[in-house]
Amino acid sequence: MTGIEITHLVKQWGELRAVDDVSFTVDEGTLTVLLGPSGCGKSTILRMIAGLETVDGGEVHIGGRNVTRQDPAERGVSMVFQSYALFPHLNVRENILFGLKVRRVEPKERESRLTNAVRMVGLEALLDRKPAQLSGGQRQRVALARTVVANQPVCLMDEPLSNLDAKLRAEMRDEIHRLQRSLNLTMVYVTHDQTEAMSMADQVVLLKDGQIVQIGSPGELYEQPATDFAAQFLGTPPMNVLPIAELETQDFTSDGSCFLGIRPEKIRLADSGLAVEVSAVDYMGAETVLRLRHHDNTLMARIDGRTDAVPGDHLHIVWSREDVHLFSKEGIRLGDR
Amino acid sequence: MHPAYNLMRHVYGWLLLTPAAILLIAFTHYPTVATFYESLFSKGTAIRPSRFVGSANYQAMIEDPIFWKVLVNNLWFAAGTIPVSVALAITMAMLVNRSLPGRSFLRMAYFTPTILPMIAVANIWLFFYSPDIGLIDQILGWFGLPGHNWLGDPATVLPAIIVMTIWKEAGFFMIFYLAALQNLPPELEEAAKLEGASRWYYFRRVVFPLLMPTTLFVLVNAILNSFKLVDHLFVLTKGGPDNASNLLLYYIYENAFSYFDTNYAATLTVVLLTMLAIMALAQFFFLDRRIHYR
Repeated sequence: MTGIEITHLVKQWGELRAVDDVSFTVDEGTLTVLLGPSGCGKSTILRMIAGLETVDGGEVHIGGRNVTRQDPAERGVSMVFQSYALFPHLNVRENILFGLKVRRVEPKERESRLTNAVRMVGLEALLDRKPAQLSGGQRQRVALARTVVANQPVCLMDEPLSNLDAKLRAEMRDEIHRLQRSLNLTMVYVTHDQTEAMSMADQVVLLKDGQIVQIGSPGELYEQPATDFAAQFLGTPPMNVLPIAELETQDFTSDGSCFLGIRPEKIRLADSGLAVEVSAVDYMGAETVLRLRHHDNTLMARIDGRTDAVPGDHLHIVWSREDVHLFSKEGIRLGDR
Repeated sequence: MHPAYNLMRHVYGWLLLTPAAILLIAFTHYPTVATFYESLFSKGTAIRPSRFVGSANYQAMIEDPIFWKVLVNNLWFAAGTIPVSVALAITMAMLVNRSLPGRSFLRMAYFTPTILPMIAVANIWLFFYSPDIGLIDQILGWFGLPGHNWLGDPATVLPAIIVMTIWKEAGFFMIFYLAALQNLPPELEEAAKLEGASRWYYFRRVVFPLLMPTTLFVLVNAILNSFKLVDHLFVLTKGGPDNASNLLLYYIYENAFSYFDTNYAATLTVVLLTMLAIMALAQFFFLDRRIHYR
């Protein structure tokens, strides 16, 4: 039992509450993504789990043990830093073995763990290189190998892919996910990139201003966003959220619902419906994203394939009732209509 | 390529080089060569003008007991000041590289000895070391211990100057270490901490190796300084008693400006320059290969 349990966690930076009463559970062997814009407290939470940051309130339990005040080294966690934190004067081999030497692991055991880890991440040919002689992706692999040899049940990742280019990011994302599953790691993964969250997570914890907005599987967050913030943070392009009062459609009686949300891919072009003006057309190959204007509101529509529309055209759009999300004036979800 | 254009390129090149070249040649290369040239001539007097004597000055130097004494003094001085001041500098830098109350005040306090003019420093320490009325003897007096003429005793004069030099240099070197420490990414320490590395292990395996470029720089400077010390001796001891605190550069100064034997002074200077050059080269060649530069 090596799950993580966070209860009422608080971090105070002077006046500012960076983490405000955050509670969630990570089941053993699953991957939880802490997602949110920069400054939402996600890295601080991760660092508090690791023990690199003191806890101002609440508790951290790992594997059923209260580790809130425990030394980082005794918590049974390994961590991958955004900057990888490789020791620049040590070669790849020494970097990977650093922790094992600190913990006085037997040389034979060290070697076998090294061989295994290096094979898993594909670094066999680079053991004698210094970090400066490696590419970004290779450095990332060294950092991963360091977690693999550590043999710790819990792995924490702090925006591990943000220093890589787009292609490598997708590749490393798969690699991390594969490692997590094959080693049955309990992983907490911090990112601001919703694609990473959507594609890897068993559970997403969406944060804003130090508070949890929503916890759930990627599917739940996408299909039933709890607030307009959640609705707009997940998905590219983000969900359109429009004030109902300004829509000519009379479908929605005023039952307190003030905002209507509709995903761009659920919008269809039609002969009649909401009248909009095209302000931009982004052709992406498999799809086209139309930027549309309706009075003072901008909305996006994702259309399969190509369209003949050009900026300045007047179009009509429609959507199905079941695809509509309703939010109150405060942005709270009102239940599906 | 057009010949005139080619010529202009050369002229430009040389014009750009000239200011630096003039400075280097006038103040470094020419004096070095002139010193060597002068060391080959005898001391000139009104009756006997200076004449070429070849290596006679060097022969005299080898037979000069004071030269050997001064050289040995200098080695002791270097051995006494450099390791201690470098170790102190690292320790102080580590101490003030943390967030603690009054940190900038502490940093300034460590650095103060370096800002003070050498002569002022020497005068302060002259007061410390004075027999009977000096600070050290007064404190000893409180405990009923006898005073000592620290600068007057050949056995204690060199250690006394070593202590003072360490006090002055450690703060200066600390600044370089502090700058280097602040360049270390904090994640390195956090990564080590997660693995359970003790502070000492982290220092020994990560911080110290990463500080090596700074250490090399500091070592070169420390060695040069230890052979360049004149001002303190001038105020404190004038090399005495019985040359017990005399160092190479001060001996050169004495020869040139007290005994007016500029040719012998030139001979000693050549030896000093050669030694310094060899040491600097040795440090760069031997240490450089083991140092990790980022």
